[in-house]
Amino acid sequence: MNLHEYQGKEIFAKYDLPVSKGKVVTSLDEVEQACTDIGGTRWVAKAQVHAGGRGKSGGVALCDTIAEVEDFAKKWLGKRLVTYQTDKEGQLVSCILVEECTNIADELYYSAVVDRSSREVAIIASSEGGVNIEKVAEETPEKIASISLNGKDVSQSDIKKICSTLKLNDTQSSQMENIVRKTVSMFFECDLSLLEINPLVIKEDGNLHCLDAKINIDSNALFRQKELQEMHDPTQEDPRESEASKYDLSYVSLDGNIGCMVNGAGLAMGTMDTIKFFKGNPANFLDVGGTATQERVAKAFKIILDDPEVKVVLVNIFGGIVRCDLIAEGIVAAIDEVGVEIPVVVRLEGNSAEKGLSILSNSSSRIQSKNSLEDAARTAVELAK
Amino acid sequence: MSILIDKDTRVLVQGFTGSQGTLHSSQSIEYGTNVVGGVTPGKGGTSHLDLPVFNSVKEAVEQVQPNASLIFVPAPFCKGAILEAADAGIKFIVCITEGVPTLDMLEVKKIVDGLDITLIGPNCPGVITPGVGKMGIMPGEIHLPGRVGIISRSGTLTYEAVKQTTDLGLGQSSCVGIGGDPIPGSSFIDILEHFQADDQTDAIVMVGEIGGSAEEEAAEFISQNVTKPVVSYIAGQTAPPGKRMGHAGAIISGGKGTAEDKIKKLNESGVVVAKNLLEIGSTIKSMMS
Repeated sequence: MNLHEYQGKEIFAKYDLPVSKGKVVTSLDEVEQACTDIGGTRWVAKAQVHAGGRGKSGGVALCDTIAEVEDFAKKWLGKRLVTYQTDKEGQLVSCILVEECTNIADELYYSAVVDRSSREVAIIASSEGGVNIEKVAEETPEKIASISLNGKDVSQSDIKKICSTLKLNDTQSSQMENIVRKTVSMFFECDLSLLEINPLVIKEDGNLHCLDAKINIDSNALFRQKELQEMHDPTQEDPRESEASKYDLSYVSLDGNIGCMVNGAGLAMGTMDTIKFFKGNPANFLDVGGTATQERVAKAFKIILDDPEVKVVLVNIFGGIVRCDLIAEGIVAAIDEVGVEIPVVVRLEGNSAEKGLSILSNSSSRIQSKNSLEDAARTAVELAK
Repeated sequence: MSILIDKDTRVLVQGFTGSQGTLHSSQSIEYGTNVVGGVTPGKGGTSHLDLPVFNSVKEAVEQVQPNASLIFVPAPFCKGAILEAADAGIKFIVCITEGVPTLDMLEVKKIVDGLDITLIGPNCPGVITPGVGKMGIMPGEIHLPGRVGIISRSGTLTYEAVKQTTDLGLGQSSCVGIGGDPIPGSSFIDILEHFQADDQTDAIVMVGEIGGSAEEEAAEFISQNVTKPVVSYIAGQTAPPGKRMGHAGAIISGGKGTAEDKIKKLNESGVVVAKNLLEIGSTIKSMMS
């Protein structure tokens, strides 16, 4: 689960990390008060969306007057911001973070992430900030310090390595040590999977400062992070994806025309790949999960059919835990309930597959049962043409 | 021989009396697995599926001497359940549960490695040695005792590979689902090592997917250490970057973890990668004859 920058900075502030004084506004009326509360004569206005690349897309502005901040708010509130990280629809801007202006001397990069290879939390710091870190890693790896922690422990030599790569003086090094230790505590206490400060800046007065905050929380840990769960903003997700997640369905919208309903994430990806192999285009990834019930199957159908591009639905179920006859009943019920008007191609295999197939063959003429995935995929591709 | 499960495996089920524990324990017993009892705190002294229930793993170890544990407890309690089994001296643990927090697994993995324990999962279908026993949720009837070892990050995709090798008459020595989480208890490499050493396994199928670098690391290991033929399939060749494809671990992030990179690395290491999932069985057959 992703957080907005302003939410990340609220948590940073709780951990005593240096962040700018700022206010979040959700309407034009709040701008003047926010600017007055922050004080000063220049402000930075930042559109809050779950995507990077905001600056390059006009989603961040330096404002010399309150009127300019109001203009920015007028321009963006309720609109959608398109960046290179969003799709072509962009992300809804429902609030704007107004901050005091920071005078920047240098931009650095800092992040903490779960490193799957070393099975540790890793810290990555670079003297090149405000840019794409993958590019820095490729072109100038000597500018990056990458450290694998030992559990929650940060050693003095870890700190030294980071500070020397970032070329920090003594005062800055002790500020950096504070940032590393606080972010590592935060990482473990908040069950994060990513914490990124890009850029971490050196201000003109020489002090380190967190100018951005990108936080991703491990969704599996939300049961014990109730306060963070409250920060969830469903407007930043594809509406079909967030509707699906309410029913424990994993759905990812794609741009083809063959709707897919599959049990198991691996098989769902494999089914998409098979469709592509036969020159078709999947409209979505959808895993109905291991404990699919009739109700969830019906819900899955509705979500798939909500996409107007879908011309045919391919159902691929390999029953392990899930019984194919229950899935078959779910499909029949869903077709009755939703009033499906496009063809549905079904392949059932495994647990109670024969029973499932006989349920399907006695029902709607919209359903075509196939004995193999190959037949089913070929048929779906043909019907989608 | 086979790997991980053989006729001497005595299975304890943690989360025995819950709905998942009950369903899959009874299917495992039906398949011929030697299940010796279960643990559900507070229900010790009762009996379930005609087997004794204990309050703790320690109690079970003292009374029915299990040497393996199969875990179905809910995700918030998995860390505790795995560590309890480890503490009681169990050396082979399979955790089926989905949704275990990643940082819990970081901690657990360190401890079980230190105790020389083999942990499979979480978020996996489990392990089966066809004809001998199963610890997991896979449908037993699609399997056939045979000579192909199967390792996979996915559940239902494993069944697909299993069915193809069964239909072609090759059968399986053992099948291991290592799970789709970012920090699995066992990696491809751990299981490849077992299959390489197993005299009942003639060839290996490795089913991977996008995200992380486990397949690339396995490729490196195979080129150095595995002499048996290996066929691979990588799911997610058409997945968009930045989106989590169901499994917590299946995400292409920062241009890393793509199917293309994995396939390239596997090919360079002498692994034959099936072009699509329908060809896993026929590819391995062509390499065995």
